[in-house]
Amino acid sequence: MGWTGERSGMKRMLKGGRVVDPANGRDGVFDVLIEDGRIARVGRDLPAGGDVRVTEVPAGLVVCPGLIDIHVHLREPGQEHKETVATGTAAAVAGGFTAVACMPNTTPVNDNAGVTEYILKKAADANLARVYPIGAVSRGQQGERLADIAELKAAGCVAITDDGHPVATALLMRRALEYAGMFGLPVIEHCEEQTLKGDGVAHEGFHASSLGLRGIPGEAESIMALRDISLAELTRGAVHIAHMSARQTLDAVRYGKARGVRVTCEVTPHHFVLTDECLGAPVPYDTNVKMNPPLREAADRDAMLDGIADGSVDVIATDHAPHHYDEKRVEFDRAPFGITGLETAVSLCFDRLVHAGRIPIGRLVELLAVNPARVINVPGGSLAEGAPADVTILAPDLPVTVRADAMRSRSRNTPFDGWSLRGGVAATIVGGRPVFVNDAVRLAL
Amino acid sequence: MKKDLLSIADLSRDEITLILDTAEAMREIGQRPIKKVPTLRGKTVVNLFYEPSTRTRTSFEIAEKRLSADTLNIAVASSSVLKGETLADTALNIEAMQPDMIVLRHASSGAGHLLSRICRSRIINAGDGMHEHPTQALLDAFTIREHKRSLGGLKIAIVGDLLHSRVLRSNVRLQTALGAEVWACGPATLVPPGLDRLGVRVSTSVDEAVEGADVVMMLRIQQERMSGAFFPSLREYFNTFGLTSARVARAKPDVIIMHPGPMNRGVEIASDVADGPYSVILEQVANGVAVRMAVLYLLAGGQEGD
Repeated sequence: MGWTGERSGMKRMLKGGRVVDPANGRDGVFDVLIEDGRIARVGRDLPAGGDVRVTEVPAGLVVCPGLIDIHVHLREPGQEHKETVATGTAAAVAGGFTAVACMPNTTPVNDNAGVTEYILKKAADANLARVYPIGAVSRGQQGERLADIAELKAAGCVAITDDGHPVATALLMRRALEYAGMFGLPVIEHCEEQTLKGDGVAHEGFHASSLGLRGIPGEAESIMALRDISLAELTRGAVHIAHMSARQTLDAVRYGKARGVRVTCEVTPHHFVLTDECLGAPVPYDTNVKMNPPLREAADRDAMLDGIADGSVDVIATDHAPHHYDEKRVEFDRAPFGITGLETAVSLCFDRLVHAGRIPIGRLVELLAVNPARVINVPGGSLAEGAPADVTILAPDLPVTVRADAMRSRSRNTPFDGWSLRGGVAATIVGGRPVFVNDAVRLAL
Repeated sequence: MKKDLLSIADLSRDEITLILDTAEAMREIGQRPIKKVPTLRGKTVVNLFYEPSTRTRTSFEIAEKRLSADTLNIAVASSSVLKGETLADTALNIEAMQPDMIVLRHASSGAGHLLSRICRSRIINAGDGMHEHPTQALLDAFTIREHKRSLGGLKIAIVGDLLHSRVLRSNVRLQTALGAEVWACGPATLVPPGLDRLGVRVSTSVDEAVEGADVVMMLRIQQERMSGAFFPSLREYFNTFGLTSARVARAKPDVIIMHPGPMNRGVEIASDVADGPYSVILEQVANGVAVRMAVLYLLAGGQEGD
């Protein structure tokens, strides 16, 4: 894909770190030898020849397969004031992600090979994280005719979606599942029954009612999820439920999985950390807590945490949705939906999932690396010998203070500015080449 | 008092009482032959209205003029909002001309909060979307107090489109803070979820809500709600929820009937009730000036300008 790794012949060893590699059943202190951009060996006390550049990994750090965010809006082409492939991938690697899958709701929409190739060219130029484009289900995301899906696949798309909106009709969704299934592409669905959503801007409940904001009930999401799970059963296609927020949707996914339907799902950090209480405090009507699906109530947030712990949730993805400052500094109901997520995800996951005692680090690596690779069928999620040397080094106990103005993303729309969290990223290695090293961690790469 | 008046929740119970007591004194000014005092002389108040409003804008303007403030009315047609500058930019431009207060009416809930974050001027919310209309609730409380001495222990029924009503939200906060038993009544399609958590009794039966009430407050029904399928027809709405003499008869004998205006006669309220002996609707309008004078005066610091 035009992406270049480290120069040929380069050898590197990550020595003495705790390697967490659930795909290969590893969790312990190992050395990782990287040659020619690939994992050459993982073992104890590997010998290092004179031609190997050895990095001692300090105790307490975790070496794991590179994290993959399968729900990112890179905004290019057409919305470069919000983000570009270059700034978005810089944010990705700073957040520990070695690969991102980018959504097709650009301008123009990624519904043809030309746009896909343009994105991949920009990704190759940036040469930071790997970029996997996701194509549109329908031409122009208009919900009428299928996009040229075989062409998209050939150009490099790994999935299709009309994200931003649901696939417009049950019939179109059926066709998409059948047709994309021929090429092994999953359909990623933004679940939203549009008449129930209406012109809603926040979760329907006490807080929206109190603040006079139009509500979106959780059922707007779960009704569409049930439609799509039924259609996945009918067609034997693979559907992936994006940014799940409502407890009813989680029940729908569990129902589908119990029936053997090919359904997977993702949850964003903001949906397992925040609730609709944020609409009124600390900053009333803060447009940085406006996203779609909306922050829901505590019972939904807790259900997401349960699903993450019990295995019902497959993937944590950020729905990184950068918006320009001007676009967010407006009335709440006029502001665009979405927040950035790439540079806060790992810290939120450690702080709220691992350190809160909900999941072990191994499960976190499954959610952020192993399962994302499986859902979109890309290499990664594994430190097997011969695999591309995409490696993230995590710093589970690093104290992190989120600073929106220090982020690599072109946009600053995060509700987590100023938060103090425990856990962060030490370094990000793509194809054997360090693309991010955190100054706050002593690590000589 | 806080810098701005955005919500009744910004006011303590004592501050509410202070505003109502101050309004008593302000009303007296309106009864003089020369209805003007120099209290806000040299202060500049901008009335920034993004929604058409006759009653509220006029009421604020009269209140400002009686206090000798320099007033400026800016009416922004909602049609020009989309192509024009943002609310934040408009506010910052006005702010650059050093006004002391901005009275804002806007169709978006929380618009005043946005201004509050970026402006040094004091912001008075004259109605923001479906959120609040605090001076309306204050003038309603003033009117109720005149007739009932106190709100404590009163049964107040608020009937109509609860979902879209900023008047409801302000009144519920204020009336429950002053110890009234507040009932909110409307079709189930127009009841905001979780409303009971604001401390009100929610009912879909007008007869039940009005039964034994000391105060009945009707909310305006907007005809465009029918297209949202909230109810089938105005006729059916009136038959099911409209305030008729027969329903008034269920209330206390000394009930007062209120309406924030503008009224839809024959939709939410029968004309004979609106014009009848229990109606205090025009008193509400009269009291609006005194209450707004009190708010302007107290927000300006409660001191004589010079």
